[in-house]
Amino acid sequence: MRHLTMHPRRTWCRIAPLGLSFALPALTSRSGGLRGSERPTALVAIWLAGGPSQLETFDPHPGTSIGGPTQAIDTRLPGARIAADYPRLAECLDRFTLVRSLVSREGDHERGAHTIRTGYRPDPLLRHPALGAVVAHELPAEGLELPRFVSLGDDPFPSRGGYLGATLDPYRVTVPGLAGQNLVPHVGGDRQLRRLEAVDQLSRSFAFGRGAAVLGTLDDHTRRAALTLMESDQLSAFAIADEPESVRTAYGDTPFGRGCLVARRLVETGVRSVEVTLPGFDTHAANFSGHTSQAALLDPALAALVHDLETRDLLDSTAVIVVGEFGRTPSINPLDGRDHWPHGFSCLLTGAGLARGRLVGATDPRGEARQPSDPIDVADLAATVLAAVGVEWAREVATPIGRPMKLAPGRPVPRLLADRG
Amino acid sequence: MKRGQSFYRALLPGVALAVMGALLLAAARDPRSLAAPAAPAAARTPAQESAHATVAGDDKAATVAALDALLVSRWGQAGIEPAAPADDLDVLRRAWLGLAGTIPSVEEIRGFEADPGAERLDRWMAMLLADRRAADHLARRLARPLVGEDGGQFIVFRRDRFIDWLAGRLESNEPFDRTVTAMVANSGLWTDSPEVNFITQAMADGVLDEDRLAGRVSRALLGQRIDCAECHDHPFAPYTRGQYEGLAACFGQVRVTGLGVEDDPARVLSIDLPPPGGDDAGGAMQPRTRKVPPRVPFGTEWLPTSGTHRQNLAAWIVDPRNRRFHRAVVNRCWAVVFGRGWHEPVDDLPDPPEEPEGFDPGDPVDLLAADFRDHGCDLRRLFSILTRSRLFHLSSRHPLRDDAAGNKALDAAWAAFPITPCGPDVMITALVQATSLRTIDRGSHLVTRTIRFFREVDFIRDYGPTDDANGRREPATIPQTLVRMNGRLARELVEANPFTAAGRIARLAGDDEARLELAFLAMLTRRPTPEERSALRSLLTTAPSRAEGMQDLCWALMNSLEFGWNH
Repeated sequence: MRHLTMHPRRTWCRIAPLGLSFALPALTSRSGGLRGSERPTALVAIWLAGGPSQLETFDPHPGTSIGGPTQAIDTRLPGARIAADYPRLAECLDRFTLVRSLVSREGDHERGAHTIRTGYRPDPLLRHPALGAVVAHELPAEGLELPRFVSLGDDPFPSRGGYLGATLDPYRVTVPGLAGQNLVPHVGGDRQLRRLEAVDQLSRSFAFGRGAAVLGTLDDHTRRAALTLMESDQLSAFAIADEPESVRTAYGDTPFGRGCLVARRLVETGVRSVEVTLPGFDTHAANFSGHTSQAALLDPALAALVHDLETRDLLDSTAVIVVGEFGRTPSINPLDGRDHWPHGFSCLLTGAGLARGRLVGATDPRGEARQPSDPIDVADLAATVLAAVGVEWAREVATPIGRPMKLAPGRPVPRLLADRG
Repeated sequence: MKRGQSFYRALLPGVALAVMGALLLAAARDPRSLAAPAAPAAARTPAQESAHATVAGDDKAATVAALDALLVSRWGQAGIEPAAPADDLDVLRRAWLGLAGTIPSVEEIRGFEADPGAERLDRWMAMLLADRRAADHLARRLARPLVGEDGGQFIVFRRDRFIDWLAGRLESNEPFDRTVTAMVANSGLWTDSPEVNFITQAMADGVLDEDRLAGRVSRALLGQRIDCAECHDHPFAPYTRGQYEGLAACFGQVRVTGLGVEDDPARVLSIDLPPPGGDDAGGAMQPRTRKVPPRVPFGTEWLPTSGTHRQNLAAWIVDPRNRRFHRAVVNRCWAVVFGRGWHEPVDDLPDPPEEPEGFDPGDPVDLLAADFRDHGCDLRRLFSILTRSRLFHLSSRHPLRDDAAGNKALDAAWAAFPITPCGPDVMITALVQATSLRTIDRGSHLVTRTIRFFREVDFIRDYGPTDDANGRREPATIPQTLVRMNGRLARELVEANPFTAAGRIARLAGDDEARLELAFLAMLTRRPTPEERSALRSLLTTAPSRAEGMQDLCWALMNSLEFGWNH
């Protein structure tokens, strides 16, 4: 960041390569004067990549043939006991709705991740946008200089803007907490200006005899937006050094913990769509120790995030979804692992228009019935999440070849939505 | 996986030292040869000689002339004058980008310019088509519609093996119909018989998804989106769900075990029936099934019955009477060379014209499809014809490009070379090439290629995924622009040291004019215009050191729009 402070804001953006006007609106994204659910809504998606075991997280069955060594503890959500590795989450589980009956038809990581993130099963003809991209596309973010959709953590199957376009691909920060990625110029001051002027000269040369084609590339516009971003005061949202140590400790001094803290800061700054990915749940071997290690990362970060959003009056406007691409088998394999199981797995929901304090669905404690009670299809979960942040989930948009496509394939599930009014 | 990657990354500094040593040796051996124009090439390699012979004695001229005449007639109908001829170096660059996914090195440019022959472009393009770089790049491009971009199921699907296999077939110019037959019909293990990865790509959660294979066949090999009929009858074409299911059933005998892909004659495709009352009825978790026999959507008269279902299907696909196959391949290759298909979407072509022997005089795809069929499905010949066409040699500049409507009309009439963005994989390869004066290919030192591989992985992770299976590419996004401006690779590549183009140009070129020219050649495959010379010279003259000036110049060239676009 040190280079950035040497220059007045937007120095570099004053260069106007092809004479486009480029005025930024005044900052209004923080909506400081609004309260609670009146604030602009946002979505924070916590992707538990690899397929977390429901039995070792939010749906344990201790003492049964399928339960393994995992113990359960009571929580503040009446009737819900979760794995003993989640003591902090147990203390605040009443802030969430716990769904134990998610059903998907995809048991492969890549296809499952696509399905849970978009609501749609993979389509060879069309790449559907991730929920985060839909939210960023549908909800205005006036005055926001940061990218509309940010992904934090090293995601094995990055979300995409799909048919909404590459501009809706998330801005990815693989090591969150320090700064944004690729934002610091190699050189500063006049030298950077000289470099940019040279690029400008080259653009003019190239545009000769190719004017409209060059305008269509949006190259100039995009570079200036990048330069604006590089100098934006809002970038401080990516760095957590100014957070009190107690806050940083509460989230956990881990990449995932820092990611969740940055997610909160981004939402405060006006980013409407943030993802944080915690990889490492694919426990075909050593399932139990593996999940205990993962819980040490997930439990503090998630509890701190929800607490923080609540105390900052952001929870009523920020939907949080915590889910993996599928669950894991009730049976335990010879390697002490569990395999892929899309037939009844868990997720946590809270914030914005999502219900809190409910327990939905149940899996068979003996692992015999494949189908959970009160099944919730992942397609309906997608529509529910969009509805909860105020996106018109049934709206049809045209794909690049003009094929009409609903933003979400399913329908919102009323019992997962908060009773308003 | 992660641990493995970090292990290799830890090796990088050592590898970098080794490559520096290797480059130092190369530089010591030949310090100035690239900084100055080469003398006319005295001796050619055998490959160059044979490429020369191929051009002189071929019979493509008639097809090229017919293609050119067809385009001239199209320009006439549109009332649009074609663009002026492009400079030879522009053509060289687009040939390298289109066929080899990289840009020519200064070494190659020097060799090209030293070649005095009138047909030097044809010769050099023929040479490139015989180069392994072209085989590798074209294999990656052609593999996308065949096996997609998804990771697929761990262990049983090896995209890298499939692409390597395909590249080998392209390098030896194996007839493409035989290549298609092998991947559709062969049996074996995904490592020993890499072509069967075409089948195992459709494995998901241990189960073969025959529908996905039917989709691949219909779109990549027939140029028809019959798979839309998976869910509904095709709205415009006469395809039905039944036809689509029949195509999927051609893979119904496939069994994938630990021993590989094989056919079990006793197996038949079973399809789940929707619950009574439709998909919304709910609660129907006990699927009912029905058996589906193999069936092809048209041309049933040329479907053999003697082999396995897959062998029969393969023979049917590549049958000389199946014009959809040849048209699909040609349209795809057209898109590889010109950035977009003659027909778009590239995988959904109109039906072939009625007359069985003739071709549609308004459709170059039909013309080239007939040539492709009549010449043994020779892909190298097809690419050669495309790159010798007049369209390939037109400038991308045109007065009509000054306004949006004119630009659109120009592109519709194919009256100028199209302007398209390079995908991330091409971008990284071109970036690495641009910062070395010498050619980087399979002959390069292993460590150079190793470094390139890991840099490529990092760059593509940051830059974003490649274009979609249909080759559609979008303009750069803000994060992509940031990677090019501020990324680690960008910093390393423009650093002026004895091993980069920036450093070597700074050291070896005689004066600032020569440095400007060499940097332009290395990055943009052209010389600077007088305006660019006067505007950019100051980068070199005002910098506190020659090295710093060269870094700034290379950075600007690398971040220019021109660098990232095929034009």
